[in-house]
Amino acid sequence: MTTIIEQKTQSNIMKSVKWLAADTLTITKRNLISYTRIPQALFFSTLQPVMFVLLFRYVFGSAIPIKGVQYVNYLIPGIFVQTVLFGSVSTGIGLAEDLQKGIIERFKALPMSKMAVLMGRTIADLVRNILVVIIISGVGFAVGFRIQTSVVSFVAALLLLLLFSFAISWGFTIVGLTAPNSETAQVMSFPLIFPLTFASSAFVPVATMPTWLREFATYQPVSVLVDASRKLMVNFPANVSNWSSVESIFWSLGAVVVLLPLAVYKFSKTA
Amino acid sequence: MSEQAIEVTDISKTFAKGKVKALDEVSFTVETGTVLGLLGPNGAGKTTIVRILTTILKQDSGTAKIFGLDLSSQSHVIKRLIGLAGQYAAVDENLTGFENLVMISRLTHLKKSVAKTRSLELLEQFDLTSAKDRPLKTYSGGMRRRLDLAASLVNNPNLLFLDEPTTGLDPQSRLMLWDSIQQLVKDGTTVLLTTQYLEEADRLADQIIVIDHGKVIANGTPSDLKAQFGTSIISVELQDNNSAELAKAKIQDSISNKLIVDRNVLRIISNDGPKLALDVLRIIDANSINLAGLNISEPSLDDVFLTLTGKTIEE
Repeated sequence: MTTIIEQKTQSNIMKSVKWLAADTLTITKRNLISYTRIPQALFFSTLQPVMFVLLFRYVFGSAIPIKGVQYVNYLIPGIFVQTVLFGSVSTGIGLAEDLQKGIIERFKALPMSKMAVLMGRTIADLVRNILVVIIISGVGFAVGFRIQTSVVSFVAALLLLLLFSFAISWGFTIVGLTAPNSETAQVMSFPLIFPLTFASSAFVPVATMPTWLREFATYQPVSVLVDASRKLMVNFPANVSNWSSVESIFWSLGAVVVLLPLAVYKFSKTA
Repeated sequence: MSEQAIEVTDISKTFAKGKVKALDEVSFTVETGTVLGLLGPNGAGKTTIVRILTTILKQDSGTAKIFGLDLSSQSHVIKRLIGLAGQYAAVDENLTGFENLVMISRLTHLKKSVAKTRSLELLEQFDLTSAKDRPLKTYSGGMRRRLDLAASLVNNPNLLFLDEPTTGLDPQSRLMLWDSIQQLVKDGTTVLLTTQYLEEADRLADQIIVIDHGKVIANGTPSDLKAQFGTSIISVELQDNNSAELAKAKIQDSISNKLIVDRNVLRIISNDGPKLALDVLRIIDANSINLAGLNISEPSLDDVFLTLTGKTIEE
């Protein structure tokens, strides 16, 4: 009996890093399997951004003239941003559901890495976002979007988008840990995400907005990301530099630096 | 290894910023290799005790040791020695039974090959082999509980926590689960089990602690407590409260058993129900008190509470 306990008690720092990686992989895999077991949810959550493409391309699009660029080329970078933002809401919903069902409770009693519960969730959602971004690319090309730069530049824009989605999902991690249930997590997310998405340069130029809103819309991180993606994908506006890409990377890294420790802290307090 | 699997000293815990006192200086010990039944109604503090001892929650004050290891400073070590099956079958319903067990095994840091073998072994042990590749949402309540119990055993825990393992189960599933628990105990596992059913605690536990409003109100072996509760309860239903009080007064003259009046019902705690019931009826008849009903039953948790606190659970 004594030896069993001694064997079970050996541990050190190297091991804990190793277990963070291993446990994150296990949790990521679990979340991804879960997604594939509800294909309806996956289908309809992908259908939503497709509807937005069609709505803005064919309904609102002709009413939004923008000098120097075809609206479809202006629109698709914005749609990408909106899609990954809306997609990251599912991080919070998924966590709230796990809390509700008691799975988090079981994880907490296991000798696993605590951070892995959150990492496994955000990484699974990143993988899901990669899939969604690929689908939206296809839809974009189908409705007339064309890359005006190079494939490398386009892929760079997608990586920028995915980095941002990963960063923002740490914010929704906190929402998910705060909400009493998954339904509430969902309704809590939209007041956060709507102003960021729509008071931005995603669908219309910020110059058309009233002054008070324009200030916010110009400098907020979603606009920075949209501007960076647009520049990288379709070189619009042609006369500005690629500086917004660097700015966007800083926003994303900054968000991770602030939100990740907060989420981990919140998780340790959630019982 | 310590003789005591669990040693809890004066643990208190409040919720809602101190407004709700969940645990109030609770102390008890559990010897290695025995089963402790933690008995109490909903909201008594049973789950809070389990959550503290399984390192999920921190106590406000007091200390606890698991196999001699301090809960606050050595929780990481303790996690490897314990298993937990919660009140809600905490498994992923989108994953299959096999996937769930492999996941928990991997998170307990078993090697991949070991995790798979162990999972198959447990599925077999809990009679779930034929359902192993079905998502959990197709499982019945009893099957889920069995899988949940299996999941708590992947690391061969020295100490197992079962939080209301049979609540909501049909009688047959309950019996199956009891058998499984008894088998684990036979193999040397120490068990702390919470329950609302006196019968369950009586059947499985070596030691029973009754808890109410966060306080330990009784602690002893099942036979100790039975001596206190009696093995049967005679409930004599009378016309009204006055006649119940009158009957109590008359019976008290010749019988020394504990008598409790609850509205129009007089309860008598006894170790020999049928024989005593006859004596009671004779006294009632001799005093020309009108009888409305008579019932002899095994004591329920409610009766235990009535005996210990003089109140029914709802109060």
